[in-house]
Amino acid sequence: MNLWRKLACALLAIVLCASAAANWLAPEGYARQDREAISVPPSRAHWLGTDELGRDRFARVLYGTRISLLLAPAAALLSTIMAALIGGLAGYLGGAWARMAMAVTDLFLSLPWLFLLITARALMPLNVSPLFSVIVTFLLLGLLGWTTAARILCASAGSLRTADFVRQARAAGVRGQRLFWIHVMPNLKPVLYAQFWISIPVFILSEANLGILGLGVAEPMPSWGSLLKELEGLVSVGEEPWKFVPLALLILVVMSFQFLLSNQEEVAA
Amino acid sequence: MLVAALGVASFVGQAAAQTGGELRFCLRMEPKTFDPLKVEDEASAAIRYLTGGTLVRVNRQSQELEPELALAWKVSKDGRQISFRLRSGVSFSDGTPFSAEDVAYTMQQLMDPALHSPTGDAFRSGAGSVETKVISPTQISITFPAPVAGLDRLFDQVAILSQHSPKKELAVLGPFMLGEYKPGASVLLKRNPNYWKADEQGHKLPYLDSIHLDIQTNRDVEMLRFKRGELDLINSLDSEYFDKLAATSPQLVHDAGPSLDSEQLWFNEVAKSPIPAYKTIWFRSASFRRAISEAINREDLSRVVFHGHAQPAVGPFSPANKFWFNSKLKPQVYDSNAALKALQSDGFRLENGTLKDKDGNAVVFSIITNAGSKTRERMAVLIQDDLQKIGIHVNVVTLDFPSLIERMTQTFDYEAIILGLTNVDLDPNGEMNVWLSSAENHQWNPQQKTPETAWEAEIDRLMRAQASSTDPKKRKEAFDRVQEIVVEQEPFIFLINKNSLSAVSTTVHNAVPVILSPQTFWNAERLTVAAK
Amino acid sequence: MLKKKIAGHLLALVAIVFLGGLLSATLVRLAPGFDADEQELDPHLNAESVQALRAAHLQDHNILHFYLFYMNRVLHGDLGTSHALDQPVRTLLRDRTPTTLRLLAMGLGLAWVAALTLSLSAAWLKNSAYDATSTLLSGTLLCLPAAVLALLSVLWNVPGALAIALIVFPRIYRYARNLLSKSYSLPHIITARAKGLGEGRILFWHVVPGIAPQLLAVAGVSVSIAVGAAIPIEALCGLAGVGQLAWQAALSRDLPLLVNITILVTLVTLLANSGADVISFMVRGQES
Repeated sequence: MNLWRKLACALLAIVLCASAAANWLAPEGYARQDREAISVPPSRAHWLGTDELGRDRFARVLYGTRISLLLAPAAALLSTIMAALIGGLAGYLGGAWARMAMAVTDLFLSLPWLFLLITARALMPLNVSPLFSVIVTFLLLGLLGWTTAARILCASAGSLRTADFVRQARAAGVRGQRLFWIHVMPNLKPVLYAQFWISIPVFILSEANLGILGLGVAEPMPSWGSLLKELEGLVSVGEEPWKFVPLALLILVVMSFQFLLSNQEEVAA
Repeated sequence: MLVAALGVASFVGQAAAQTGGELRFCLRMEPKTFDPLKVEDEASAAIRYLTGGTLVRVNRQSQELEPELALAWKVSKDGRQISFRLRSGVSFSDGTPFSAEDVAYTMQQLMDPALHSPTGDAFRSGAGSVETKVISPTQISITFPAPVAGLDRLFDQVAILSQHSPKKELAVLGPFMLGEYKPGASVLLKRNPNYWKADEQGHKLPYLDSIHLDIQTNRDVEMLRFKRGELDLINSLDSEYFDKLAATSPQLVHDAGPSLDSEQLWFNEVAKSPIPAYKTIWFRSASFRRAISEAINREDLSRVVFHGHAQPAVGPFSPANKFWFNSKLKPQVYDSNAALKALQSDGFRLENGTLKDKDGNAVVFSIITNAGSKTRERMAVLIQDDLQKIGIHVNVVTLDFPSLIERMTQTFDYEAIILGLTNVDLDPNGEMNVWLSSAENHQWNPQQKTPETAWEAEIDRLMRAQASSTDPKKRKEAFDRVQEIVVEQEPFIFLINKNSLSAVSTTVHNAVPVILSPQTFWNAERLTVAAK
Repeated sequence: MLKKKIAGHLLALVAIVFLGGLLSATLVRLAPGFDADEQELDPHLNAESVQALRAAHLQDHNILHFYLFYMNRVLHGDLGTSHALDQPVRTLLRDRTPTTLRLLAMGLGLAWVAALTLSLSAAWLKNSAYDATSTLLSGTLLCLPAAVLALLSVLWNVPGALAIALIVFPRIYRYARNLLSKSYSLPHIITARAKGLGEGRILFWHVVPGIAPQLLAVAGVSVSIAVGAAIPIEALCGLAGVGQLAWQAALSRDLPLLVNITILVTLVTLLANSGADVISFMVRGQES
């Protein structure tokens, strides 16, 4: 394992452990409001300052990590698997299957899914736990976020259908599922990894934006997306630099995922 | 002689500096209409204010009614008829002469039953048609089928249309007229060359050449553009932006004090709502509502959410409404211990940190509010924390506005809501459709066939009494009592009255921010913008 | 064969566009808040007016009836009237489409130039620090909320187009970079390098043609991504385009406007993706 991958693993492990240890590192919790210390800068009592309701930002980052670091990659994995199954399979089968699958994909890309999400919120009881709400949100994001990659995977699988190694495998008697899973699918990894990697931050941000529909994490539970929304009012990094810590953390985690996913051949080349 | 010459030069210089210039600010949404009779949104109302000529105008600073196109007026003793004596020699922006016929035409259009506009409905006091009688080109009387409370002040919202002009509603009597409209982008208002008003020195008004209104929904971008000098004012500023701006440029910001607006929380008291029946029992209990009200720290709401630019609300009207506010009312004092005791005496009990009713149901309910309003979301979170201290678990849910309205007005599938009331009128008659139990906007339990509680029946009686009276003293007595009942029963748990905050560039002269809308450009005809 | 493929695509396009309109109308109709009108909350409105407001929404209740009626009007060139803005939809779209098209063209152009430059140069230079820096840049942009990007673009006086480019670029970059690095690991490329073929020749003669179909697919979906980004960016920057209109229409459940915008978006998406498919087919045809 090369140095970058080791560093990436170490960083992810540290972040995961820190979030798991949130009860010890930030015993007062993410919801406690210190109403005499509103939007204060970092201090000994509040390492990353407090938010607009006097809640400790460090605690909120730690607890928010649990939500976002577990659910966003899970949703990204779901969307990647769906893209692989729909796009990859369609491209592999070709012909009418591919045309139909891509027609459905294009339709999926165009529809205003906002209204499906609004309906999903309406179907949920108002008194659901914040955790349930955020799980449903990420699930919906995963179920709706496959379309972009599906198209690319279809094109990739389609061009692989006529590749020499696939022809050789077919000539050797490999057929159907085995041909798809053993020979074609591994060659779709570049697109699959790209889809997975892009989806993580996109879903984290989308979860926060879906708060406008009543989805996403509910107060007072934090998530990275809700913490990143604090950046919206800032005009310069110099204004309140501590508010950029969640952003920096997200970038580091995303970069770590990229190093974990990158091909060894890329480094060798 | 030199001093005199310098004095004259100064005066001429000053007069010259007072004219010309373009004022720039933002509308928060696309105006839905340029027809002054159909105005129902804030953006259209702003354009109507700047372009419309009215018979009378409520001076936004003194809150007194002043003559405009009408030199004098008289309301009959029974409150059904109003007569106006109009100015002569006035023309619309396209040169069409103004006369009493135009007033008659405007009223007929406004009172058309098919119109359904807030402006027109404010005059509808009873069944029957409105009669207009043009006595002369400068005299008109208008008779309504039933008394209309505060009749004269309602004409502040009625922009007179021309009966004869080919330009229809685009021919205006106000200081500005529509120059250019770029949908989604901007509205340009140009000086009305035929505006009738002049200042004390005889200079024609308005001073400004034009007003450029950009359509900008994003407050961050609006603030950025104001700081860069691309905008001259921000009519309504949020408290956090106020503080940010005040930190660097205190001369630009203005806090005019408590506005007429209020923010309130209310519970769903509709008997047939789909929420669990045991919750409806809680919500319909006045002692429950009072206890909740007592458990909410309004000082913290004002301080934390509005950065001190708000005051705990006392009742339905803000103290800024000098005549109508019941000054005997005192703000609810925060006391969570007393609130808990009150609930306990009602049969509630605290078990392991959770409050339960006498049947063992944990007191858990949701508060919904509209997404996009940071202040409401934050208030909901603070209230969630306050109520947690007495064992009540609150779930905060933000919804998009149409979904929220549907739950509130059609499905009644909600438990508690935080919303605000934006008062443009001082007169309580404008809220008839809130306080009457049969009305659509009687939010906590609308459209009751008969009043379901004695206190709602009493409020109905009092509101009808003040609506049919022309004696201001009697009307005030009736509405004072309404306010007392509302504070006793807490159908609305009034939280805070926001302050009227605005920002005005130093290049704008004669601006005097006030609390009544439009806060900063209420005297647009006298504003000037110095050359940058 | 090519003509047959194009004809097939066009037929599918028409069917999908109309299906898209019907599905979007159904989604809007079934979503909560369809009948709700903010005006109802105005305390000045009396009971009759509130009932009249509610009755005005009833006409769109039957979705099939609405859609058939709408299709009939479309055949006569009438796209209906926006409920929220009380203006003909045709006028609204005509006035705003050029703004959005300009925005999309500039945004996509910037994004593609940046993505291809960085990914191709990273593949060529084979410098891990350069690669890591490009990945850091694209990763950072993915992590920034759209509102922040919109604010940045206003701050730098390049409203809209820059924000769209910053949203689209990291996605294109990642796909392109991954496809390129996979391609470089193929045996025939390793062989070409071993035989001393120049890097430029390898890149443009052997690598890029191999991943052309995928890159074209990325090009097609980048249009969809840009269209999706245009909605919040136009709304946030106050740009009078179709995106801003779509946002307003969604908030006010403006059915006629939403159906028309969906049809427009479906058309653009299909044209972009079908175009990519057809070009890809032509490229593969030339190769074989």
